Amino acid sequence: MSPVRASGAVRRALGACALALLIGVPFPGLAGIPSAGVNGDWTMAAHDYSSTRFSPLREVTTGNVGGLKVAFTFSTGVDRGQEAAPIVAGNTMYIVTPFPNVLYALDLTQPGAPVKWKYEPHPQAAAQGVACCDVVNRGAVYWQGKVIMNTLDGITLAVDAATGKLLWRTPLGDINKGESITMAPLVVKGKVLVGNAGGEFGVRGWLVALDATTGKVDWKVYNTGPDSEVGIGPGFHPFYAGDRGTDLGKTTWPPGAWKIGGGTVWGWISYDPKLNLIFHGTGNPGPWNADQRPGDNKWTSGIFARDPDTGAARWYLGFSPHDLFDYDAVNESLLLDFPVAGRGTRAVIVRPERNGFIYVLDRRTGQVLSADPFTAVNSILRIDTATGRPVPNPDKQPRSGRVTRGICPASPGAKDWNPSAFSPQTGLVYIPHINLCMDWMTGEVNYIAGTPYVGADAKMYAAPGRPRGELLAWDPVKRRAAWKINEDLPLWSGALATAGDLVFYGTMDGWFKAADARTGAVLWKFNTGSGIIGQPVSYRGPDGHQYVAVLSGVGGWAGALVVGKLDSRDATAGGGLANAVPDLARKTQTGGTLYVFALPDH
Amino acid sequence: MSSRFRTIDACATVAFAALAAVALSGCERERRDYTGTAPPPPASETVRVGDLQPGEHEAPEADPHGRYFEGNAYHVNQGTQLYKAFNCTGCHANGGGGIGPALMDAEWRYGGSIEQIHASIVQGRPNGMPSFRGKIPDDQIWEIAAYVRTLSGNAPKYVAGGGRQGMAVAPPTSRLPTLQPRTTESGQ
Repeated sequence: MSPVRASGAVRRALGACALALLIGVPFPGLAGIPSAGVNGDWTMAAHDYSSTRFSPLREVTTGNVGGLKVAFTFSTGVDRGQEAAPIVAGNTMYIVTPFPNVLYALDLTQPGAPVKWKYEPHPQAAAQGVACCDVVNRGAVYWQGKVIMNTLDGITLAVDAATGKLLWRTPLGDINKGESITMAPLVVKGKVLVGNAGGEFGVRGWLVALDATTGKVDWKVYNTGPDSEVGIGPGFHPFYAGDRGTDLGKTTWPPGAWKIGGGTVWGWISYDPKLNLIFHGTGNPGPWNADQRPGDNKWTSGIFARDPDTGAARWYLGFSPHDLFDYDAVNESLLLDFPVAGRGTRAVIVRPERNGFIYVLDRRTGQVLSADPFTAVNSILRIDTATGRPVPNPDKQPRSGRVTRGICPASPGAKDWNPSAFSPQTGLVYIPHINLCMDWMTGEVNYIAGTPYVGADAKMYAAPGRPRGELLAWDPVKRRAAWKINEDLPLWSGALATAGDLVFYGTMDGWFKAADARTGAVLWKFNTGSGIIGQPVSYRGPDGHQYVAVLSGVGGWAGALVVGKLDSRDATAGGGLANAVPDLARKTQTGGTLYVFALPDH
Repeated sequence: MSSRFRTIDACATVAFAALAAVALSGCERERRDYTGTAPPPPASETVRVGDLQPGEHEAPEADPHGRYFEGNAYHVNQGTQLYKAFNCTGCHANGGGGIGPALMDAEWRYGGSIEQIHASIVQGRPNGMPSFRGKIPDDQIWEIAAYVRTLSGNAPKYVAGGGRQGMAVAPPTSRLPTLQPRTTESGQ
């Protein structure tokens, strides 16, 4: 039994059987039998508030996964990048497509899972022009009979889960300022948490809480600007001295630059009910050209702990202060409890960060307990645990008008948005990530509302001697890799861990794979026809059996070459990422299909 | 006019003819208008975006305004600067595309003539291209459109730039093959 446990939130979510497992009661002979009593739903993208993406279902195991077969498929009708997690509640599955963000409800009780209803929000077509990295959507959330989702043009809406009837609709973003919404909303204590995207358009990042029943804005905080608008007050106690002061969200910028300074919330939010804290990352500062924004550029490229009732900030840690390379800090925060440095169990956040380090933070205080590189990193020498700050490598310091070569990791980081999974059975964190480096040249950029505010040309390529993609199993206690699977193409899908000791993930050339969670041996694979960049999930169907579902359909930043028909003769196409995958157009085509797998001998 | 002048005229004519022969046998060169005045822009918006016309096909009107910018190295060079300054690079990169489509291939959703490119910048397009009407001076839009034409090798070689700004991320525009513009489905 691993010493690592998922935090309280996930323990409750997993139910009695899995709980018993987590606290160390052996379950001999349980494998292969559906674990009765465990709720088999998957109601939020990350499965639970601790963001484990761990399914307690154990019908599909290392022993029988080789027999996994397609149970049914469904065409989303949209051939852009499918990043959403299918959501399952009761006997229905809910899927949000990329723009135009159609929401489908599939009836799981019927053969072939026919459409029960569909809801079309008709977002503005022009919103496609302010979506930095393909017109993706990362999924809906189910909460008390409602399905809640975001649209690319900046609207959050709720529909009746039974009928598909619109219940409320709240416009939050303005595309003329470059705002869009791509993240999956999360419901905490009856509040829908939503953040904007648009860090490449000079937007000002925010997080809002909407009343899940009415859609009315409950609170709204920004991640730049004066303390009063950031939610910083007497309850704010950052661990490191550099984060203490007045109005740092204004004073760490050139005058007024915070108004167009980014710090968006387009990634993941976790919630610890015991501490009553939510944890969310903040996106990159704008523009990418750091010479135009001397200072720490707070509170961008960091993590906030906030009170979900008011939005008030409790602590903050900057992962990439004065971010030089678009190392946005929006990745998932896994809330785990394990012994740190042999000094007893602590409540921590495990955070595979875009800057190439896997952080372990104290989730009460924001203290950095450890930070270890998990790929080739040369832009940062180390993380100074005395200040919490990265120590930048002066050799990789970019200067306007000059080319800086061989920066590792590249702008999408060691790991972009695609979320990790954690298995309490193995104690390992499964990190789908990339190994890319880049050449980089910055130059002055003008702010024009609604147009990109970047000021950098990048040219990316595989990190020398490494595969472009990798599934890494990381032991957070021993602080080292347990095993890894090399992938030729960048790994842009999420990971799923299951109680059958399996890890599922997909590749950009369409393979959906299951690996042994303890050894990394690939036990099963299936080609879905188009690249997979989505989030696999597992649920119990109305027939009591375990299913594994994933959306197939290449796209996203890494797949822009294919969906956007980019021309890779220009090494800066697609933000420079197309240059790293010139072979992708040969290896996959666009698609948009749900695949659901199960064991055939039900 | 005196005979002396006629002699000079004759000499000049001979010299010009010789030069013209050299020029014709050699490479094309730019005939730049140094007065800086472009022919008047079209009186009304005459650009068509689509290829299909009901009934008889009407050829596009020859518009000297677009030709003037397209054939002028100075204006193409200005367009190169403006393309960056107005953040065209943010979506279209250095021709390879990103948020917006590639501009160095043969595929043009809304047409690849300089008039059509100018119209796309002025009017915007429904799937995300902003409308810059009233935001960029019209002559500068023509200059940007002229530069965009060079990205697919569709400007005369003598006006296309020999190099690129920045870190040589794409071939020099003067070396790009000329791709015959073809309109495609509007895509996304």
